[in-house]
Amino acid sequence: MKEYTFEEKKDTRSGFGLGLLDVARTNPDVVGLCADLTGSLNMVAFQKEFPDRFFQVGIAEANMMGIAAGLTIGGKIPYTGTFANFSTGRVYDQIRQSIAYSKKNVKICASHAGITLGEDGATHQMLEDIGMMRMLPNMTVISPCDHNQTRAAAVAIAEYQGPVYLRFGRPKVPNFTDPGEPFRIGEAVVLNEGTDVSIFATGHLVWEALEAGKALFKDGIRAEIINIHTIKPLDVKTVLQSVEKTGCAVSAEEHQVHGGLGDAISQVLARYRPAPMELVAVNDRFGESGKPAELMEKYGLSARAIVEKVMQVLQRK
Amino acid sequence: MGKEVIELKKIATQVRRDILRMVHAAQSGHPGGPLGCADLFAALYFKVLKHNPKRFSMDGEGEDLFFLSNGHLSAGWYSVLARTGYFDKRELSTFRKIDTRLQGHPATEEGLPGVRVASGSLGQGLSVACGAALAKRLNNDPHLVYCLMGDGEQQEGQVWEAAMFAAGRQIDNLIGMIDYNGQQIDGAVDDVMPLGNLQAKWASFGWKVLDMDGNNMEDVLKTLDKAKSLCGNKQPVVILVHTEMGYGVDFMMGTHEWHGKPPNDEQFERAMDNFEETLGDY
Repeated sequence: MKEYTFEEKKDTRSGFGLGLLDVARTNPDVVGLCADLTGSLNMVAFQKEFPDRFFQVGIAEANMMGIAAGLTIGGKIPYTGTFANFSTGRVYDQIRQSIAYSKKNVKICASHAGITLGEDGATHQMLEDIGMMRMLPNMTVISPCDHNQTRAAAVAIAEYQGPVYLRFGRPKVPNFTDPGEPFRIGEAVVLNEGTDVSIFATGHLVWEALEAGKALFKDGIRAEIINIHTIKPLDVKTVLQSVEKTGCAVSAEEHQVHGGLGDAISQVLARYRPAPMELVAVNDRFGESGKPAELMEKYGLSARAIVEKVMQVLQRK
Repeated sequence: MGKEVIELKKIATQVRRDILRMVHAAQSGHPGGPLGCADLFAALYFKVLKHNPKRFSMDGEGEDLFFLSNGHLSAGWYSVLARTGYFDKRELSTFRKIDTRLQGHPATEEGLPGVRVASGSLGQGLSVACGAALAKRLNNDPHLVYCLMGDGEQQEGQVWEAAMFAAGRQIDNLIGMIDYNGQQIDGAVDDVMPLGNLQAKWASFGWKVLDMDGNNMEDVLKTLDKAKSLCGNKQPVVILVHTEMGYGVDFMMGTHEWHGKPPNDEQFERAMDNFEETLGDY
């Protein structure tokens, strides 16, 4: 079992800000839009360096999505920035008609996703976005696991032609992936190989899955830990290869139990390789105020919760 | 009346025939709005727009762009797209039928030349037009962006987000147009949800506002010329295009009834009697 370590905790949103700068410096077509959250999205540096390519739209997210669609017509690659709930639920019809159906090359960059938004509470804790976005035809859905990977993803999406939803978060979390690791859309990353259970995790839950894997290892359980950073298109081949070997699966995500990664994996298993599966996710309820770590624990989104689900699924093998 | 006006009026007459034939053949669709805007469509596509119908490119670099935000006027738009050469006019017969590129509301999915974004869910077109206008500015492309909206559509909040943005960012290569026919699906706009003083609203948002008699070709041309001349002054321009829904068909005018209803065979015959076949039916 490979042991993953990190030097410091960092937020994924600052990875986004750096990645946006990286790509903007090499690709003059990249433009940025923000709906009054430049600080939160770490877009201030981009705004300073490329004032002509940055558009502050104010608190008008629907308009931002339409403007982004229009910018693509002139060959631009717009990155829109706001919180995940304002990036999806608030503007679903704008994304659906003007971006997804129209196949516009817009990169919807959504920060503060999930319950780890924390103290602001459930109004701002978007837990349905993966579901909404993966239901849209033509949409690619990406949810990187840490700062370095978010930075790499922010660069990689400019090379891909088509609408992308890039999901990241607010809190500082272990930054454990290699900063030089290229981001390949649609290719899951096997972090640890195992034979007893497949753990498919995305976003902040990837580190928790690694921690769970360590605990399970002490009990003699060999978990295969896979980072599903691209939820759509899903790396079906890697999912099936793993479950073929382990015979059972646990998914882990900071999202509702309905519509997210767990749904995507279970659909693949039901169709191609039926196997026992358990889901670590928010159980069909809204969040609440609190510190991110407290909320993750309370809502069952921790390494401990993953271990529990693994023990349950092993019983069903 | 100048020769050009006479020619454009003939085109508008044929566009009206196309609209009726398309909606009648499909036995669905929206005849009222596009009949009212046929003169505007003809003037834009045959006279005003600098565009390349034979070489359609999605990016529209080096040409004027037109966005139809009130996508239900598709029959009228498709007619002028076909008749200016974006695609064969015979394809108009496929309108709203299975496997067509001429979807009920405009779409890019099937690759219909001339369409750059899907529309139909109202309120979105002006935002897209703002983005396209910004891209032209970034690309140093001096051409203009036009966007037609409905008056009922003015009830959508996103229109006013875009209105605030365009004025605030001094987008001056953009001409908005509002089909001010006073009717929407459920009745008169003033009954469904009064717009108040639309002229004053747009002016207070920072736009230069013009009025146009949208069913008078001379005024259509004159006002579009005026609008173009006002571009480049750090201010967007909007035209209140006063039209009559169902214009030219006696029994379709003065009511909202024909917003989204096709004529039956007998009504179709009566309606067609109003319009001479000027350019040849598709």
